[in-house]
Amino acid sequence: MMLPPVLGVLFDGIAYGMLLFLLSVGLSVTLGLMNFVNLAHCAFAMLGGYVTVILMKDLHWNFFATLPLAFFAAALVSVVIERILYRRLYRASDLDQVLLTIGLAFISVAVAAWFFGTTQQPIDMPSYMRGSFVVMGLNIAVYRLFLVAVGIAVTILLIMTVEHTRFGAQVRAAVDNQRMARGLGIDVDRTFAITFALGSGLAGLGGALAIEIVGLDPQFAFTYLVYVLIIVSVGGLGSITGSFAAACLIGISDIAGKYYVPQLGAFLIYLVMVAVLMWRPAGLFGRR
Amino acid sequence: MTPKSGIRFSDKVMRTQNAMSDMPVSPRAYLQSLSRWRPIEIIFWLATLLPFWLFPNYLSLASQIAVAALFALSLDLILGYAGVVSLGHAAFFGVGAYTAGLFTKFVWGEVFTGLIAAAIMAALVGYASSFIIARFRHLTLIMITLGLGLILHEVANSASWLTGGSDGLQGVSVWKVAGLFRFDLYGTTAYGYALGVLFVMFLMARRLVNSPFGLALRGIRENFVRMPAIGADSRAHIRKIYTISAAMAGIAGAVIAQTTQTVSLETLSFERSADVLVMLVFGGAGRLYGGIVGAAIFLVARDQFSGIAPQYWYFWIGILLVVVVMFLPNGILGGLSKITARWSRK
Amino acid sequence: MSDLSAPVKTTIALQTRGLSKAFGSLVVARDIALNLPVGARYALIGPNGAGKTTLINLMTGMLTPNQGQIFLGGADITALPPQARVKRGLARTFQINTLFAGLNALEAVTLAVCERRGIADHFWQNIAVHKEAIEEAYEILVKLRLGDACYQPTRELPYGRQRLLEIALALATKPKVLLLDEPAAGVPQEESGDIFEVVASLSNDLTLLFIEHDMHVVFRFATHIIVLVSGSVFAEGSPAEIAADTGVQEVYLGARKHG
Repeated sequence: MMLPPVLGVLFDGIAYGMLLFLLSVGLSVTLGLMNFVNLAHCAFAMLGGYVTVILMKDLHWNFFATLPLAFFAAALVSVVIERILYRRLYRASDLDQVLLTIGLAFISVAVAAWFFGTTQQPIDMPSYMRGSFVVMGLNIAVYRLFLVAVGIAVTILLIMTVEHTRFGAQVRAAVDNQRMARGLGIDVDRTFAITFALGSGLAGLGGALAIEIVGLDPQFAFTYLVYVLIIVSVGGLGSITGSFAAACLIGISDIAGKYYVPQLGAFLIYLVMVAVLMWRPAGLFGRR
Repeated sequence: MTPKSGIRFSDKVMRTQNAMSDMPVSPRAYLQSLSRWRPIEIIFWLATLLPFWLFPNYLSLASQIAVAALFALSLDLILGYAGVVSLGHAAFFGVGAYTAGLFTKFVWGEVFTGLIAAAIMAALVGYASSFIIARFRHLTLIMITLGLGLILHEVANSASWLTGGSDGLQGVSVWKVAGLFRFDLYGTTAYGYALGVLFVMFLMARRLVNSPFGLALRGIRENFVRMPAIGADSRAHIRKIYTISAAMAGIAGAVIAQTTQTVSLETLSFERSADVLVMLVFGGAGRLYGGIVGAAIFLVARDQFSGIAPQYWYFWIGILLVVVVMFLPNGILGGLSKITARWSRK
Repeated sequence: MSDLSAPVKTTIALQTRGLSKAFGSLVVARDIALNLPVGARYALIGPNGAGKTTLINLMTGMLTPNQGQIFLGGADITALPPQARVKRGLARTFQINTLFAGLNALEAVTLAVCERRGIADHFWQNIAVHKEAIEEAYEILVKLRLGDACYQPTRELPYGRQRLLEIALALATKPKVLLLDEPAAGVPQEESGDIFEVVASLSNDLTLLFIEHDMHVVFRFATHIIVLVSGSVFAEGSPAEIAADTGVQEVYLGARKHG
């Protein structure tokens, strides 16, 4: 029995969506938690990617071994930035937050270009990861399958944390109603700092995983920022399931769009975003 | 009410409004005095004529500055006065530019009617999108402005039969301004024309800002929640100013199309939207002059550093943005007025 | 269903029927029915969290009810947006100063007057051209003892004067019904006298509903008291009746134990 090629496109779209989910979920939760517009989010992703590049190229580490480090490096840097800069701007206007974080993103792009040059960084993936196999007529790339597996694993971990741990309950309470959460004795600032570190770490992981699929160059901080912002707006602030659904939606739309209607170009996802926002201004799963 | 109307105030007193409570002046006269032309403004506008004599080799840069200043002024009307953050304002700049360019191809090359055509087209697009824009706030609004700008850019890219696509619009040719002045490589006519348009638009913006509508916009920016509680239809106000701002941005785009006789996709790009935002914030939003000051400094700096690669230019812009947000929230003009206020209290 | 949608000559200035609102499982308003006759001086009291400000938000349109209707002067305003209700004569002040920090008092009140007169979207003429609007604004400020400070930026006014400006902004809309949310909240003793004198001097055509915690103020100004507890009307009646009501005393004593 042969499966129709559209399922192959769907699979590729979902794999891409998993990557986008890793890149976006952190931003969605921190936005919902603190209403802090962090446009430097993808710079943390880029950091994770370059950490993997250095470890593999200069220190000859195994790809999989670099992944936790990509996560931790991004998380660590985010803690530092949060302490020094972001903390002072929680009550600032949207515009101020936008400008500061865009400024940081510009700086990160320049720093990356300075150290790594402007061209894409290839890495040496183990050959079994580069292959593909055929299942019922569909070409399944091993790496894409890996991405889907990682995406699902992370989603399950996140949902379990949010639903079943005390920390998760604190996050949920603070997203729902910050004032009341503080009133109940929850240390919202600490909750936010930890969530922010986690979210940035996940972005770093996403950045490392992205190298093989979309490549890594200093512009990464901006190229994927647009996608991430679209996913966060469409999915709804503060919602993990929202990010997941929106990431799959955008991933599939993008891949399917490029496959079936290439002349539309990037158009399609912008239209999807504007349409969803007009229908549900708070996003598909957003509150209020 | 015992007023002595028509009292002249010195500028120092006007800047420190605290002193006002001691002055025996009628409320109406006081409000009128807030919008009087101050000597420094007159000096400023006279100074804009200096490039003709002092920097004759830089007149085409000067006309670019004038265009960017007008564009920043249009953004100030929605951002500095009504508090609408837009990451896609270049959409109207580009619509104006392409309209003016196509106008010379399909109608005629007269420049002033070209400006009007561009303003109308940009106003129409602005009016249509204002219905969406006025309904949202915060991140949703920012994303929608970004999305609309990106969509328009893609549309222009795809419609290459009309716009020339990535090659740009070909065959734009304008007549002499008022039948007398030709746009040449030295930029004399270009700067005179751009400056003239900027000044006229500035006068109109100044009138608007000092009108009841200007007060309403400031009310929206100062406290959005209070406005419906005093019976204000904030959405209608925002739609109105957004349309006016779009028309002004369109005129700025038309001027660049006419003075350079080219139109490219760059006029619709995110870079242009981001640059104008940086210029306005750096100069100081909500002061009318902030965009002009910011545009001048930004473009002169970019010209001076034109040798370095773009990402390093943006490195310094990044540092600048961090510094402005942390230490100079009202831009250069805001910082200056704090200093002069402290001075005149001595 | 509402056959009262056309304005009818009536002595009831503001009425709510079955007004209810819940956020998920949290019920903030439960079947609230109010009747404010023209010229009333009603006080709305209750422990913290009872839903008093929520009720005002529902009446002014800042919150949409799940059920119920609101009638202003006999006309059904339940579906109207907040600014339309203001235009029909329903104004409110905020418990926490919600002012235009960067505008001076004259500009702020002039803006409210311009909005009422429908000239706030005129962008071609200088504001000084609109003499009557400015004079009207100034008169309101003088009446509220803010005349001498009206050129100062709002953020530089002392807190008590800011509370007066709150009332000035509401009065500029020429309301028929005025909802005051704790008008003297946070105002030091020396200045709160001003506020109450102003409230006392308000015209008898104006219908007032005010939220207040200070019982001296309530007994001094109110002709009728409504007690709200956990989103429902717990009791209502004349000041004497409420003072004697043991249920009310319990509710307040109980609240004081926690607060």
